[in-house]
Amino acid sequence: MSEIIWEVFVQAAGGEPHEHAGSVHAADKEMALQSARDVYARRGKIVNMWVVKASDISSTEPADRPSFFEPGDDKAYRHPSFYAVPRGMKGF
Amino acid sequence: MSTNLSAPANTLKNSADEPALLAQFEARIAAGETIEPRDWMPEKYRKQLTRMMGQHAHSEIVGMLPEANWLTRAPSLRRKMSLLAKIQDEAGHGLYIYCGAETLGTSREQMYDELLSGKAKYSHIFNYPTLSWADIGCVGWFVDGAAIVNQTTLAKSSYGPYARAMVRICKEENFHKKQGFEICSILANGTAEQKAMIQDAVNRWWWPSLMMFGPSDTDSPNSGELLKWGIKRKSNDELRQRFINLTVPQADAIGVTLPDPDLKLDAESGNWQFGPINWDEFKAVISGDGPCNRERLTAKQTAHAAGAWVRDAALAYAQKHAQ
Repeated sequence: MSEIIWEVFVQAAGGEPHEHAGSVHAADKEMALQSARDVYARRGKIVNMWVVKASDISSTEPADRPSFFEPGDDKAYRHPSFYAVPRGMKGF
Repeated sequence: MSTNLSAPANTLKNSADEPALLAQFEARIAAGETIEPRDWMPEKYRKQLTRMMGQHAHSEIVGMLPEANWLTRAPSLRRKMSLLAKIQDEAGHGLYIYCGAETLGTSREQMYDELLSGKAKYSHIFNYPTLSWADIGCVGWFVDGAAIVNQTTLAKSSYGPYARAMVRICKEENFHKKQGFEICSILANGTAEQKAMIQDAVNRWWWPSLMMFGPSDTDSPNSGELLKWGIKRKSNDELRQRFINLTVPQADAIGVTLPDPDLKLDAESGNWQFGPINWDEFKAVISGDGPCNRERLTAKQTAHAAGAWVRDAALAYAQKHAQ
């Protein structure tokens, strides 16, 4: 049985980001949406749902984490705390 | 550098790297880090998790059967709706865990085949029959109650997909226990016949429920590794004690007697001491000789065979309409 695995992303309320909920097996996107609703939306005010074939999702590899993300780890000047303003200034 | 999410994890490594990788892995566990599907992991970790998650998922699915037994005979529409919702939840819970388990590299098909062939185990508790409506109450109160104790601690499992499935399940499980307890409490305060019915159910479900936590860890061959690697966080005995401590006052509150004359509160520790568990019964039931083992397996095999045309039709339709 060569069903496709679909990753499911659920939007809990208007304005919220879609969040990964898990996966479903389904033959096509319509059945994937129906299964995803039955499995991941039994409760709560789910307003929207995405299903994406797992084979269409590209990801980084754990082994590459240090080199791939490192540039973001050591730049303190990207954070507000790096900067000095006179004490008592409002709006900072 | 980038990989496809559904590609199998590269588990082939130079064997000379193993000790260093293992040390790194165990340091991550010790630091409370979460292991994700594409992280390096010892083969034994992968195997233990696959076995444990598989058994857990199978248990949810098989667990639907003893409750479905009373669906058409629920005493009222309200009770029928809530039992149906509970059974639907169990299906969903099984699916959450199967989806988490297949990230470890074993296909759904293989896992499910192992259930249907009898090769894979599932929680022994579901090999007991639901003989009366009161049993449905006991299943919710004791069996789901025990599951909650177990699953709450598993929500901190070191393996990300398992922990996340547990978090999701825990949010939904509380209604199961309350639904069951409500049934028990109403029967326990009902007619003489109802009181007798609930007491009989309690007498039959109490000890098997305690066995759900598994043998004492000294007798449990897998416990050591599971605890060392954070797959489980608490010992079988600790969890069993927690469940008993929670449940004794609940039984007291509704006036049912737990069938253990040795139950005694140890004031110093706050723990309820309890009598000896019949582990021979557990061994028999888990290895195929319980009241309903054959019935459960046959039901799943029949359902799988009967549903084949639906799966085939869906696939044929999808292939016909594929862009």
